[in-house]
Amino acid sequence: MSAAIEFRNVCFRRERGRRLLDDISFAVEEGTTTAVLGRSGSGKTTLLRTVNRMIEPNSGEVLLESKNVRGRDLTALRRGVGYVIQETGLFPHMTVERNVGLVLEAEDHEKRERQLRSQDLLNAVGLEARTFGPRYPFQLSGGQRQRVGLARALAAEPPVLLMDEPFGALDPLTRAEMQDMLRELMARLKKTVLLVTHDLDEALYLGDRIVMLHEGKLVADTTPEEFLRSRQPEIEAYVRSFHRGEESAASNPVGGKRA
Amino acid sequence: MSEFLQQYGDEIAQLTMEHLWLTCAAMLFATAIAVPVGVLLTRRPGWAKPVIGVANVLQTIPSLAMFGFLLPLPWLGERAARVAIIALTAYALLPILRNTYAGIRGIDPTLIDVAQAMGLTNGQRFLKVELPLAAPFILAGLRTATVTCVGIATIAAAVGAGGLGELIFRGVASVDNELVLAGAIPAALLALACDGGLGLVERWARVPGPGTAA
Repeated sequence: MSAAIEFRNVCFRRERGRRLLDDISFAVEEGTTTAVLGRSGSGKTTLLRTVNRMIEPNSGEVLLESKNVRGRDLTALRRGVGYVIQETGLFPHMTVERNVGLVLEAEDHEKRERQLRSQDLLNAVGLEARTFGPRYPFQLSGGQRQRVGLARALAAEPPVLLMDEPFGALDPLTRAEMQDMLRELMARLKKTVLLVTHDLDEALYLGDRIVMLHEGKLVADTTPEEFLRSRQPEIEAYVRSFHRGEESAASNPVGGKRA
Repeated sequence: MSEFLQQYGDEIAQLTMEHLWLTCAAMLFATAIAVPVGVLLTRRPGWAKPVIGVANVLQTIPSLAMFGFLLPLPWLGERAARVAIIALTAYALLPILRNTYAGIRGIDPTLIDVAQAMGLTNGQRFLKVELPLAAPFILAGLRTATVTCVGIATIAAAVGAGGLGELIFRGVASVDNELVLAGAIPAALLALACDGGLGLVERWARVPGPGTAA
């Protein structure tokens, strides 16, 4: 297997700001999912956005399928990378079907082809195309919107998907459903996924590898099992904060609340 | 009443057409100028304040004075209709300009970000995302401008450009209230019709959302 995405000594800082990315290097193997963990402001989203050049690093290189993204045609690069965000960013004036087929529309594919592709994709993400295709985004629930966002990202058949907290705004049950759907779909489609999340459970469940950022620095690049066993202070603190609820309930069996 | 209509009916119809022509010509020019400039300003927000400021100042010039200023100018002054159309254009600029600028600037930045990240070219982003989302605002500006122009166009008669103002000015001069109304009522109806018609277009362009019939 070769690396689908590789970061080499990537640094980024805003003018006169602190370093948002500090010498980040790691690789994402083809067909695998890497979860990028870290607290808010740790640089996760910034890192993700260097791949489709929504952000240009000050130094270092980002390689997509062994080619430096810098210098590549922006439009072609971005159409070849699926992008899913928490707010979904569905266009409110377009039907679901048109939203999904928009990249194909931008590439001047024929209408019939776009429709068929949209319908396939909607079905693939668990939305019946006949029912949901003609609807507008405001007529969908949060989970449905997120499914459309995913279908849209897959429209141009990109080998790589960037996902930025895609399920962050969903309730726990819907989120679990979406995670199952994504896991099944990614196993089938063999996409390379870079998934930004702050949810440890999500990272463990979906990630083949886990990368953790702390104040712009890479502090972990491991498997989920090793991540949980790690004694590194930043990782331990992160893992511990996630299990607080369990510990609290376990130590106060009656009522579960502290006196 | 019927006698009055018999006497003035043809003239009212002709002056209404003149009125409409002055307004439409001015709106065409104003739209052709203000929409592109408004779009340009969203690309260069630093220029927005001074440019919209100029349009704002134009708007504050009393209409009679504006017609008066333009009259002595070469070429323009030769034909009263030219003066009227230029003046009306000046008044129509601000609402269209301001709404175009605000409409595009007001689009959720996430949508612009996604459009870029999806690999839409700048032209596609404008035509497929920004313009349709800003369209209701731009049309609202057009509507305000049109209604204003229909009103101000009555003053154009003062420089001999014709329109329904003719009847009003003649009525005032001869203290004939019927004649004043013969100009004022069609002008008001015209304004209402423009407002209603453009309102329909605006509704058609509305972005589907909760509370709208999609």
